[in-house]
Amino acid sequence: MNRIESIFSRCHAENHAALIIFAEAGYPDLKQSEQDIDTAIENGADIIELGIPFSDPMADGPVISAAGQTAIEHGATLVNILEMAARIRQKHPETGLVLFSYFNVMYNYGLEALCAELQRIGVDGILAVDLPLEERDELLAPCRAHDLHLIPLVSPATSAERAHAIVQDITGFVYYVSVRGITGARAAMPPELAKNLAQLREISPVPVVVGFGIASRDSAHIVASCADGVVVGSAFVSACAQPGQAAALVRELRAGCVRENS
Amino acid sequence: MNTHYGIYGGQYIAETLMPTLKELERQYLLAKEDASFHAEMDDLLRHYIGRESPLYFAKRLTEYCGGAQIFLKREDLNHTGAHKVNNTLGQVLLARRMGCKRLIAETGAGMHGVATATMAALFGMPCEVFMGAVDVERQAPNVERMECLGTTVRSITEGSATLKDAMNAAIREWTATAPETFYVIGTVAGPYPYPMMVKDFQSVIGHEARRQCLEQTGKLPDEVIACVGGGSNAIGIFAGFENDTSVRLTGVEAGGEGVATGNHAASINGGKVGVLHGAKTYLLQRPDGQVTPTYSVSAGLDYPGVGPEHAYWADLGKAHYEVINDDEAIHAFDLLCRLEGIIPALESSHAVAQALKSAPQRPKTDVIIVNLSGRGDKDMENIREWKKHHR
Repeated sequence: MNRIESIFSRCHAENHAALIIFAEAGYPDLKQSEQDIDTAIENGADIIELGIPFSDPMADGPVISAAGQTAIEHGATLVNILEMAARIRQKHPETGLVLFSYFNVMYNYGLEALCAELQRIGVDGILAVDLPLEERDELLAPCRAHDLHLIPLVSPATSAERAHAIVQDITGFVYYVSVRGITGARAAMPPELAKNLAQLREISPVPVVVGFGIASRDSAHIVASCADGVVVGSAFVSACAQPGQAAALVRELRAGCVRENS
Repeated sequence: MNTHYGIYGGQYIAETLMPTLKELERQYLLAKEDASFHAEMDDLLRHYIGRESPLYFAKRLTEYCGGAQIFLKREDLNHTGAHKVNNTLGQVLLARRMGCKRLIAETGAGMHGVATATMAALFGMPCEVFMGAVDVERQAPNVERMECLGTTVRSITEGSATLKDAMNAAIREWTATAPETFYVIGTVAGPYPYPMMVKDFQSVIGHEARRQCLEQTGKLPDEVIACVGGGSNAIGIFAGFENDTSVRLTGVEAGGEGVATGNHAASINGGKVGVLHGAKTYLLQRPDGQVTPTYSVSAGLDYPGVGPEHAYWADLGKAHYEVINDDEAIHAFDLLCRLEGIIPALESSHAVAQALKSAPQRPKTDVIIVNLSGRGDKDMENIREWKKHHR
């Protein structure tokens, strides 16, 4: 069993959804960001999405966009973020680690070189926000060669037929985007979420996690009842800006991930 | 359909937009085969936009250069003052056909914004245009024009606050509001099918120019010159000659203060391959893949990428891409004003400047066509400022 499978199987046995925390790597700076990630893991995060800042984050709302710009200004690059990832892996051997980025940053590094390095470090997978089914083969091949999961996205706009093509031969997990739109905390979860997720889980060979808009214990709890994992990004990035907030937020979210007895 | 040009192009975009892009492609290919779609477009191109645009022999400019005969394809005479409207008309007709309720667009110099606002007014559709805060300032007259036409201009302050940031903002808005909202992209960049669609709509320039040149000179031109930011006016005029191997196609990138200074917008000449705004293409970026701010005196060329088909043609040698710096463009601007009584856009002045270099090296029997893509009224303040700082 690989690390991601072990995590979901343990979470399932413990009757909670996996808590996946998106951290903007290098925000506000590399040192603080590493501490925030340690904090997230120590307070219950099962998987960390390591967001690589990009100058043109087309899929992100104001919080993550601004954090990325700060991180770049403070010297974050893919190279020093990979060094940080290696340290995080040393400290937390059981936590899932997924590189989360826009394609250009990875493409510039070299896809084969990147995948080889991620395997060496012990990162579990890659998610490229702007790499849909139509373009993913060029990254899928090196991912496969280096035992990395390529995590695909499915959105409410995706048809059942298309979703099937996206998930049919993938490993790791599937990331379901809860809303049409960009990242950022939202007041409520869309009403059709449970129905859409049930359909997706039926066809997916791997666990399905949900992200975009989840910011509180309550919204995490709603999602935990119908998904295998809960992703929180903007709310965590906002919390990182205030001392002590990140730990409290992650504990709250982790509590929200616990399912009612079933 | 092949969505790539060699290794370039493609659809590097969030999953949420993929179904919208597929539907757009399907509907566009249907419209392309539909005579009624073309009939409506042709009627408006003629009676509303004022096509065809003249191919004008610039006699005094030719005499000044003392070489090849220089002809200007007068896209500056179109309604709204630039070639942009050829494309916005096509896209907005498509948006109506698809039942979209609202238009959004990005704009740099403001010409595409004005052209989209114009179509929105003509068809009674609500419209929002995203524009970098830096451009809002340096292209103020165009902001006023858009507002007069009933469009809301959203000033974007993030990043370098120029065209690329406006495009990021427009793509975010589109992600949240498609398919009800139609995104009118102003250049041959963006994810497929936009580069194909925009080329098709702009190719009217090249088809007219080819016929006009044959009528007026009895031969094909020896060279066709156009400025390249994203590259829509260039691909539009090149399209008319892409099967004529005797015609040299020359794209002109904005050299700003010189490619060596780093302050420029010459993606093909000074960039490397990357992915931005949905397409793989030449991109100005740092070694670690962060897109860099660009610089040109001309807002319309101030973009870090270039249409993927241009990237492909550059590699193939099917077209040639040269660089003209700010000072050369301003010099060409002054010359065209004084010799021909034509005030060109700063963007188009880059193409004129390239003709000033090429014409003297060619015999008098040669013919050069310069795509005069827009008029320069919007640039008066800019040029005054530039001259103040460079005298």
